[in-house]
Amino acid sequence: MHPAPSVILFTSLSGVGFGLLFFLGLGMPAPLGLNAFIFYAIAYAFAVGGLLFSTFHLGHPERAIKAFTQWRSSWLSREAWLSVLALGMTGLGAVAQIFFETRLAVVSYAGAALCLLTVFSTAMIYRQLATVPRWHTPMTPVLFLTYAVAGGALLSGQVGIAQPVLGLLGALQIFAWIQGDGAFARSGSTLATATGLGTNGSVRAFEPPHTGTNYLLQEFVYLVGRKHAAKLRLIAIILLSGLPIVLLVLPFNHMFAALAVLTHVAGVLVSRWLFFAQAEHVVGLYYGKRG
Amino acid sequence: MTCLPKMTDKKLGLVIDLDTCVGCHACVVSCKGWNTENYGAPLADQDAYGEMPVGTFLNRVHSYEVQPEDGLAQLVHFPKSCLHCDDAPCVTVCPTGASYKRTEDGIVLVNETDCIGCGLCAWACPYGARELDGVEKVMKKCTLCVDRIYNENLPQEDRIPACVRTCPSGARHFGDLGDPNSDVSKLVAERGGMDLMPELGTKPVNKYLPPRPKDQLSSDQTPTQSLQAQADNPAGFFAWLDRTLEKL
Ligand code: SF4
Ligand code: SF4
Ligand code: SF4
Repeated sequence: MHPAPSVILFTSLSGVGFGLLFFLGLGMPAPLGLNAFIFYAIAYAFAVGGLLFSTFHLGHPERAIKAFTQWRSSWLSREAWLSVLALGMTGLGAVAQIFFETRLAVVSYAGAALCLLTVFSTAMIYRQLATVPRWHTPMTPVLFLTYAVAGGALLSGQVGIAQPVLGLLGALQIFAWIQGDGAFARSGSTLATATGLGTNGSVRAFEPPHTGTNYLLQEFVYLVGRKHAAKLRLIAIILLSGLPIVLLVLPFNHMFAALAVLTHVAGVLVSRWLFFAQAEHVVGLYYGKRG
Repeated sequence: MTCLPKMTDKKLGLVIDLDTCVGCHACVVSCKGWNTENYGAPLADQDAYGEMPVGTFLNRVHSYEVQPEDGLAQLVHFPKSCLHCDDAPCVTVCPTGASYKRTEDGIVLVNETDCIGCGLCAWACPYGARELDGVEKVMKKCTLCVDRIYNENLPQEDRIPACVRTCPSGARHFGDLGDPNSDVSKLVAERGGMDLMPELGTKPVNKYLPPRPKDQLSSDQTPTQSLQAQADNPAGFFAWLDRTLEKL
């Protein structure tokens, strides 16, 4: 799949933002006044910033409001609802903590739950697609949620939680990569099933329908070199999990904490780039570009 | 609403005969022509006369080579457009309700004024049947020429999809695949019509008729083999020529 910057920034940043809002909702920490303002400002910068990036990949962002109508069938529509509800609910809690110096427990816990549901719905947009075998697995929501919790724990300064979750995240991500590498082959879709010509012999793409490129090739047939991908995976794991863990183990220092956040977010961006760039869509079969 | 209808009154669709298609792309051109001049946003091209032309098409013709275990390779031309699936994943993912499947005839359409151009429906389609238009930024797909098939301003023989009307080899058939007694259903039954990527559970309405078995030539009977035989044992004029040249 085409690794569009808008979608990479959207899923990465909003995941971190909702992760932080999740911990603030749990009251870990439960800052008041100016302190609360700073924490919530950072969380909203990530969450709302990410959501704004998502509108850049729409052909008609001015009609985005229509995306709220089909929540009965569409995960994208559910995500729209859940993100607005999560921002609204945590916003109420934030106003109480910043301006009235009180914590609304019920509102905050509801906000925390909505934050995780929002991240879950984002993941389900990808998980539901049988056309992209690498994404079509329960690992997709598991990973997205772990990313959000790890990033949230790191940003909210929950060092005790952040360390094990960052470790778990690294392990889950490596497992997902290995599992994902064989997903297309296991899906059973081949040029033979795509064309129905398999019973007559072995099928080879002889001539494409067009000499130039087209929307399908640009959007769905992105090829990353294997060596290139292996290097990027290593870089991603070191940045998103390895370095932050080391920085957290060192004696506490605000510089190290900030550095841990920065490397983690950089690692999330690299791994999200791979999430899209390495995802193989079955339509590539018709162009002889798979397997 | 982008929930799918439980069932549709008719299942209008195409039956494409891979045995007779000659790969002329006439259906591609007539589709582009009709759908650029009629219903909905025109199918735009970018850099049409430049170095990197790109454009929106609702129907595209691939060509595949099929190599049997023994015997000659076969070239199969393969037109592909929306299959108007019964279980259309492109419809249920749509957040705006722009994509829908009609209850009356099963045609899958996009309401272009509701489409936000998110592209998710194209991601969900296994067949590459949807393309986001480069100029209008809305999703385009085959409408089964919904503006021809019911159009009373057209003579009766033109009330079929443009591609079917145009095909010079009679490789494209249009009809109600929900009616077991329709001509298209009979054709599918007779020729073993098949679904594309049945493993994805989309239940396509459009069917493909597999190429018929070719005349069986054993490997020592291939056309090149017989030329070789002529060269080895020349007869008539070639035998005389051969002998004469030998003497020189
Ligand atoms: S072929 Fe693709 S666009 Fe057409 S109905 Fe099926 S899934 Fe949808
Ligand atoms: S591109 Fe348009 S038709 Fe397709 S899912 Fe998005 S809003 Fe619906
Ligand atoms: S017009 Fe008919 S013969 Fe020509 S490519 Fe299309 S289906 Fe094949």
